[in-house]
Amino acid sequence: MYSLKMFVRIALVVAASFARAGEPPAAAAASEALARGKYLVTVAGCNDCHTPWKLTPEGRKPDMDRMLSGHPEALVMPVAPTPEQPWQMTAAATNTAFSGPWGVSFTANLTPDRETGLGKWTVRNFTETIRTGRHLGRGREILPPMPIPMYKNFTDEDLAAIFTYLQSIPVVKNRVPEPRLPAALASARR
Amino acid sequence: MLRTALHGLLLLSGVAGAAGVPELPAHLRDTGLYADAAMTQVRSEVLPFSPQYPLWSDGASKRRWIHVPEGTSIDATRPDAWEFPRGTKLWKEFSHGDRIETRYIERSVDGTWRYASYVWSADGRDAVLAPAVGVRDLPVPTAPGARYSIPAQDDCRACHEGAPVPVLGFSALQLSPDLQALVAGSTLKNLPAELLAHPPRIEAANPTERAALGYLHANCGHCHNDDGPLAVLEMSLAHRVGTKESAGAVLRSIVGVPGEFRIAGGTARVEPGQPEASVLALRMRSREPLQQMPPLGTSAVDLEAMSLIGRWIESLSVHQSK
Repeated sequence: MYSLKMFVRIALVVAASFARAGEPPAAAAASEALARGKYLVTVAGCNDCHTPWKLTPEGRKPDMDRMLSGHPEALVMPVAPTPEQPWQMTAAATNTAFSGPWGVSFTANLTPDRETGLGKWTVRNFTETIRTGRHLGRGREILPPMPIPMYKNFTDEDLAAIFTYLQSIPVVKNRVPEPRLPAALASARR
Repeated sequence: MLRTALHGLLLLSGVAGAAGVPELPAHLRDTGLYADAAMTQVRSEVLPFSPQYPLWSDGASKRRWIHVPEGTSIDATRPDAWEFPRGTKLWKEFSHGDRIETRYIERSVDGTWRYASYVWSADGRDAVLAPAVGVRDLPVPTAPGARYSIPAQDDCRACHEGAPVPVLGFSALQLSPDLQALVAGSTLKNLPAELLAHPPRIEAANPTERAALGYLHANCGHCHNDDGPLAVLEMSLAHRVGTKESAGAVLRSIVGVPGEFRIAGGTARVEPGQPEASVLALRMRSREPLQQMPPLGTSAVDLEAMSLIGRWIESLSVHQSK
């Protein structure tokens, strides 16, 4: 049984947590998840590839007006040059398209646009995609250089926080092209 | 020879269970399917079954069995989400001439589902638990391309856990002709009387459409449905016996609907009268890994099904567009 002293202590702790956050517990948790998600998206380097880079007076940097919107739909990529070994991968100047032994991959639109981004997705869709390395957890494989082998080790809580943040960022309508197989493999599989 | 070598490696490696979870049996003979050590006689308590719309598995011939613990029954109260008792076991055996693998699903005592595959030895005397990551390109001369892949347990989950219940081929629609026998044998209880009096069938415009929608239900509907994780795609190919006008809902989600995936020549998920412009047919006909449907469990196109789907799409008139 709780003593009066312990009851008072618990009540004080609860009251202090309310006062500190200035909001009810559910809202505080959501706010925490948002901040955690923003932090993880930043340090995990999501902008490195999912935000198109542009040339600025200070050098190339992510174009935050198109934050996390993936490979620009209007930027149609020509066939990539074949690099001389041991070079293996060719990257677009935007750092949103990559050609390598797997074919050509284009980074996805992670903004909450309902038609071209993650606007209709659920946290389960997002978690299963990262966890399995398959689109929506059951479709085609996610291609390199997306670091699925590393990111699949995120905890469920971290992935939920990342998804919460991604659902809060500005919508950008941008339909990313489908990936392409290497030409030889594509013709062999048809 | 190679299968024999692989079999030896599997035996040596063993497969550990997760902490607190009993390990899956290392040998198929210990799962409760067979009455004899030689694995030639199936136990009498184990029930063979055959769904009316089978899953395409690159032409493999298949046999299926189910066992529910003695004194228990499958609860059919929810007609599209039967509740299987804890301890339920299902097996599906795949053969290309010889037996290649037997897949196994078990509902554990804690209510969770487990998936496994057992790989048969070349001499057919043993079948050993495959590693959780599966086995790619097992040499099987009689299989298409002389190669056969054992699915990873994650692959099992990808398909089986996209549906209301993980058991896909043992349902009211799939076993429509057998419902009365299942109820009479007490394998099934609480089946709505309407379904017993009028076994469910797909309400289609004609037999070709019924066969096509049945094929799509069995091969695509476990992922493409309106109550699983892929509901976000707003494309349902699953037929629901507990829902009125279920076939109509399926058609409305595909016929004349543009969809998100772009493929050369494709203008809609199903373009009435034009299989060659229907993304659904184009992806079913493809085995490019980035385009093919289904994305898992097949490396050879089902040509008979493509003929069926083609005839069905050709029969659709433009006025059926959404």
